Amino acid sequence: MIKYTFTKFTKWSVLKKLIFQEIEDLIIGSIGIVAFMSFLIGGVVAIQTALAIENPLLPGNLIGFATRQSVILEFAPTLISIIMAGKVGSYITSSIGTMRVTEQIDALEVMGINSFNYLIFPKIISLLLYPFLITLAMFLGILGGYIASVYAGFSTSFDFIQGIQLDFKVFHIIYTYIKTILFAFVLATIPSYHGFFMKGGALEVGKASNISFVWTSSVIIIINFIVTQLLLA
Amino acid sequence: MISVKNISKSFENIKIIDDISAVFEKGKTNLIIGQSGSGKTVLMKCLLGLFDIDEGEILYDSQKFKKDNISMISDLRKQIGMVFQGSALFDSMSVIENIIFPLRMFSNKTDSEMIIRAREVIKRVDLKDVDHKFPSEISGGMKKRVAIARAIVLNPKYLFCDEPNSGLDPKTAIIIDKLIQEITIEYDITTVINTHDMNSVMEIGDKIIFLVEGEKIWEGTNKEILNTDDKMINDFVYSSELFKKVKLIQKK
Repeated sequence: MIKYTFTKFTKWSVLKKLIFQEIEDLIIGSIGIVAFMSFLIGGVVAIQTALAIENPLLPGNLIGFATRQSVILEFAPTLISIIMAGKVGSYITSSIGTMRVTEQIDALEVMGINSFNYLIFPKIISLLLYPFLITLAMFLGILGGYIASVYAGFSTSFDFIQGIQLDFKVFHIIYTYIKTILFAFVLATIPSYHGFFMKGGALEVGKASNISFVWTSSVIIIINFIVTQLLLA
Repeated sequence: MISVKNISKSFENIKIIDDISAVFEKGKTNLIIGQSGSGKTVLMKCLLGLFDIDEGEILYDSQKFKKDNISMISDLRKQIGMVFQGSALFDSMSVIENIIFPLRMFSNKTDSEMIIRAREVIKRVDLKDVDHKFPSEISGGMKKRVAIARAIVLNPKYLFCDEPNSGLDPKTAIIIDKLIQEITIEYDITTVINTHDMNSVMEIGDKIIFLVEGEKIWEGTNKEILNTDDKMINDFVYSSELFKKVKLIQKK
């Protein structure tokens, strides 16, 4: 499938429109849920960290530090990607699957259009902007943590900001973006595969979306483990 | 003209198409008829290259259809129009965008030239005031007309229709049949239609191929099919009470 996606390209003027359409559907359309989720997750991480470290001997900037580490290393890239496997992944599988059962993919093939390139390539290219979403998730996650801990009285503004600056390693950001790019590829390809090669009718489209979510989120978790082992261990 | 010579196709060792040879003639509506499961759709998908054949050969105007010859297939596909059973219109596009789509993919026309051509075919298939509607907003008969318009917009040499009047009321079905026949004559194209609708057989069957369990057992015209003594064909053609009565009247 990947091989055919990158061969016999669709006319550029058409492909360009498809890429912009996919950016709107997959990236811009996900900003709301990503912002909402990451802001609240950041807040919860900060509150739980604060509740777990009531010992007065521990430094006050620990809440900010723990929130930053949790959000940047795991919650923003991995948890948001699993949420995206549900939102974007099931959208991709069901839209391609519906095209399959209603013979729209056959129509493309009969016209001599490489349906792999026409349908999957724009999704892969648009998801190259996925790191933008994860950057937003990191920023809003830390902001959520800041607001939750400062306004609920768990930490001072100074301590929290000092915490998020403490022992900052640029490599952690690089590690996160490496993961994000791999997750973006998984988010574009596995759901496309399940939509493209599904058989049956409307009921099977639902089943394919379900299976696609299970596979996409499982592969994300496995890649997360491997990349973490390779880059951080 | 499309010729098929001794083609066979199996799925998981079950033969769906068995040694079929036939000629689909230019300027005529060639019908493939048979009961559900007789292999009509598989035969059509083999002709279109959507399924690889196991044996035999397919010739488009003496040009051998080889799936590994990508440039030949690519050129040939631009000369093929297809009307799918469920119309297969792109849900995300309006009617006019659906019709323009093949032009956008394969021609160098400007936007205004494409719209002019699309309006020509829209007029030809008798559609009105639907340009900016989406497929979900139009009736089944209109969808078929849009599918026909999309199929002919590039002036194809070959037109394939898979059950073009399924899901339509009898009156609309006859209108769609007639439209396909008129377009076949007007554009002088080779039209192949899959159907099990006896009205279509009677109305537009210039040439008919009858399949039973993947084998071609009869070939002829709509006039010949009414007078044949072949039991299998008679069982199929006169399966409805209406046609049985027609036959009785004919005998009288």
